[in-house]
Amino acid sequence: MTSLMDKCAVTGIGETAYTKNSGKSVVALQMEASLKAIADAGLKPTDIDGVIPYGSLEVVAEEFITNLGLQDLRFSAVTPLGGASAVAAIQAAVSALVAGVANHVLIPIGRNGSSGERIGARAAAMPQFRTVGEYEMPSGNIAPPQLYAHMARRHMEMYGTTSRQLAEIAVTVRSNAILNDNAVMQKPMTIEDHQNSRMISDPLRLFDCCLESDGGAAVIISRAEQARDLAQRPIYIMGVAEGHPDSPSTITQRPDMTTLGTAKAAPRAFGMAGVSHKDIDVAEIYDCFTYIVMCQLEDLGFCKKGEGGDFVSNGRIALDGELPINTHGGLLSQSHIIGMNHVCELVKQLRGNAGKAQVANAEIGLVTGYGDMGDGAVAIMRN
Amino acid sequence: MSNTMPDTTYDKPMPPLNRDSKPFWDSLKDHAMRLQRCADCGKVRHYPRPVCDSCYSMEVDWMRASGRGKIHSWTITHHAFHPGFLGNLPLALVTVDLDEGVRICAQIRDLAPDQLRVGMPVRVDYEDATADLTLPVFRPA
Repeated sequence: MTSLMDKCAVTGIGETAYTKNSGKSVVALQMEASLKAIADAGLKPTDIDGVIPYGSLEVVAEEFITNLGLQDLRFSAVTPLGGASAVAAIQAAVSALVAGVANHVLIPIGRNGSSGERIGARAAAMPQFRTVGEYEMPSGNIAPPQLYAHMARRHMEMYGTTSRQLAEIAVTVRSNAILNDNAVMQKPMTIEDHQNSRMISDPLRLFDCCLESDGGAAVIISRAEQARDLAQRPIYIMGVAEGHPDSPSTITQRPDMTTLGTAKAAPRAFGMAGVSHKDIDVAEIYDCFTYIVMCQLEDLGFCKKGEGGDFVSNGRIALDGELPINTHGGLLSQSHIIGMNHVCELVKQLRGNAGKAQVANAEIGLVTGYGDMGDGAVAIMRN
Repeated sequence: MSNTMPDTTYDKPMPPLNRDSKPFWDSLKDHAMRLQRCADCGKVRHYPRPVCDSCYSMEVDWMRASGRGKIHSWTITHHAFHPGFLGNLPLALVTVDLDEGVRICAQIRDLAPDQLRVGMPVRVDYEDATADLTLPVFRPA
């Protein structure tokens, strides 16, 4: 089997301003981010011959042909894994690029998640949520904070995990956001602030939950030999994989509700990359909820199942810690751009231009996506 | 006039009708929960679906459930994610391991949040939401 290791690179990234009210259409946000990514790579819009739109938003491949004047789009696909879509799209892009189907694949995401329709309003209409819609929503188990609270409570009861340990994640990520001019949340947060935030669905408090945001972000993936001739230092994709959990359509029926699809993706991504956990200098972990960060760190293999609470404590995940995470402020405190902001941040870290949150000597990093009740995706990159 | 007027005062989410699951919802209306079981290999499955993932048979049968189980996990919801639940907060939802080996998520009655424990025995009960919809709830066994 052909290894995809180092065959492709991220060649361009683009981000709009992240806000609570963009005043722009979703199409406009995605085009703005895409044009920035194309310019960042040193490409022309007409060089783009592959696009992977986000499967659950209204912007389809045709919009990119029309707006960017693409003459010969040769590859399009969607990766409908909710918040894991952006990283799963990297796997799809790399597969198409290595097969020679396309040369430069654009992966755009953009939304008015704050000023437009909220996630809770949309979820019931998504086919991935049909089962929950039929059997759980009538009883009141409706939105992600509730669905994931069952997972978090189970973890707490099995392993002694505490709300204060989840607070470590929220506080760390907030402190990173404060270093970032393009982060929505700028007010410092303490553990006590987290503990005093209102209960949403026990054990998840308000500060365990991510933002809902307006904004757009996009990346360009190209083959390595072409990447070397473009405008930026190529950020090579060493390993990438997606994983789907057992009982993907309902957490209720999942044999172990404390294990995500990430646990299946991680060994494949690390195996392809040929690196170990000690080699990871920085990690951008999809953070729709604090608990989901902790659970992914376990499923990724940074610690054993049940040890996540201890792992995230004592400064280990801080900017100057053993494994700095979510250096941009994440979904919790920068913006909810469905994790494409995580991909852009990892690229910035490995280019060495992550500003005040730059991790010293970052050479190898990891980014995850997580979504739709358990889908996981993992990419490992190097400079 | 036949009595087929829909209940227009019920303001909570309704389950969409589904051929594969109709016997389950009908069993709740009868206050006698039944679960889907493979007619060939006997594996019990929930939520209802057309294929047995153990032997790939599409022949199904429906068995009367014991209605007994143990708490697997829970959440106490303090925020109304649907306007229909504004008057029901806080909402106590439990995931229950049924004795048949599958799980059900439903509201729990007669237990305070701080009394909930993993492994606590519970039994199913039924609440008629509308003339056409009965929901399962759990009570301490």
